[in-house]
Amino acid sequence: MNRTSPTTDDRVAPGAGLPPQVGVGFKAIHFEALFEDPAPPAFVEVHAENYMGAGGAPLQQLARIREKFPISLHGVGLSLGGTEAPDEAHLARLAQLIQRFQPASFSEHLAWSTHSGRYFNDLLPIAYDLPALQRICEHIDRVQQRLGVRMLLENPATYLEFDASSFSETDFLAEVLQRTGCGLLLDVNNVHVTCTNHGHDARAYIDALALSAVGEIHLSGHSRDTDSNGDILLIDSHGSPVADPVWDLYAQVLDRTGPVATLVEWDNDVPAYQILRAEARKAAQAMSRSTRATLAPVSA
Amino acid sequence: MNPSAASAFADALRDPACELPPGLRTWNGSDALDRFNVYRNNIAMSLVDALASTFAATRQLVGTDFFRAMARIHVAESLPESPILARYGNDFPEFIARFPHASSLPYLADVARLEYLRVQAYHAADATALTAASFQPLLADPARLAATQMTLHPACRWLHSAHPVFSLWAAHQADGDLGHIEMSKAEDVLVIRPFFEVQVIALPPGSVVFLDALSSGASLSAAIERINREGIEFDLSRQLADLIEHGLIVELITP
Repeated sequence: MNRTSPTTDDRVAPGAGLPPQVGVGFKAIHFEALFEDPAPPAFVEVHAENYMGAGGAPLQQLARIREKFPISLHGVGLSLGGTEAPDEAHLARLAQLIQRFQPASFSEHLAWSTHSGRYFNDLLPIAYDLPALQRICEHIDRVQQRLGVRMLLENPATYLEFDASSFSETDFLAEVLQRTGCGLLLDVNNVHVTCTNHGHDARAYIDALALSAVGEIHLSGHSRDTDSNGDILLIDSHGSPVADPVWDLYAQVLDRTGPVATLVEWDNDVPAYQILRAEARKAAQAMSRSTRATLAPVSA
Repeated sequence: MNPSAASAFADALRDPACELPPGLRTWNGSDALDRFNVYRNNIAMSLVDALASTFAATRQLVGTDFFRAMARIHVAESLPESPILARYGNDFPEFIARFPHASSLPYLADVARLEYLRVQAYHAADATALTAASFQPLLADPARLAATQMTLHPACRWLHSAHPVFSLWAAHQADGDLGHIEMSKAEDVLVIRPFFEVQVIALPPGSVVFLDALSSGASLSAAIERINREGIEFDLSRQLADLIEHGLIVELITP
């Protein structure tokens, strides 16, 4: 597998790729602890929209992070799955961030969040039909062209399905990746949440994906609810440790991909840095177990 | 999803009374509206959280339950126009001013205005303030000083209030004095961010007029004229010294 080694070299082209190691989602309250960590994570992911002010502490902190870590720039506001083309003003702000901070990766979501000039602050579901496929491919083409990077697209967590869908989510994703050349940000928690919520088999979902396109993996926690039938409804809440079935799925993915950049996200009820770091360490252990398993037949 | 289906979905998200948009299904025949409400709830709660974080003193003044109920009504009326959530809440102070259930707290909207100014200051552009030494040549040349225009730091903001907005805000900070606040007192405040930390400072009477004048491009003498026209007692050398000390002046435009 061809992967770029960890580096903070400014000459590396943006989007060159994250190190195949474990990173953490950055929270401002963890800034000091992150810099004092004697065994820091291999990369840091930030939400692009938090750094779109003109100046001040956020951009100054990001500059300091960039001196020490490769950055994954993760967007939540492009609304790629929307019926409207990506907002050019927002693309210009992203381009400015990419130019200034040279992130190793830029990623966004298979979802929509803006409609008719209003931003819903959530990742909303789309029907997987041919018009949606054509539209989202046009949007991703525009993004990659404007930003000058190969982006990663994240699979969503959803609560509803559409009568209009004529593709499975995995077939739809495969078509988008093939048509646009973008990579996959495989959110393993989202796979578990979505498959549970729609009665699908998460292992079959993973098996159906072309994992060679995976440029990053996301791990996070979800919360548990029930629907009106009393069946489990999982909510993608990012406010708790990674659940056991998600660790199992992660191991299944690693068996096929080998080591791949993996991020632990914790956005709500954010714990002390050490707890987030310990969760990331668990991912590193899973990665090294999988490497040993892969290498075992060779060394035997 | 075609544009009309997307509009139906978006409209239903915004209006809790709206029935389920067409074309949605669940694998087990469970109530799709129940699941649709997960999205409605995520949107409302995350935006109420965003407002609660920006307007922390306002929240403390009315209590969390009242604040969240009030914020939820505002969120339903006024979704963000941008995915940059630091900008969200710009019209919340006006909403509070009109909110009938908050009419017994006439100062509340001004406290909210101050809190929004703080967030704007936090994200404003960086600039290097002039030091006192930069003013020395001008102080020796009063005619030139009088004709000088001053560019203020892009992060500085100020607010004129008929209420004790500074005292109310300060009383709700971690180290705030919860002692007596004279509710009939009018207070003006200055928000500055000399480096990366936002500070809030009480302003003496007249300063707001002075700052308004300077920021609109008036020369120093024109700014003083405006203050005199309003009959405000004003200590110019003290005011200038404060502006310099707080790092508010980033550029001098001399004739």
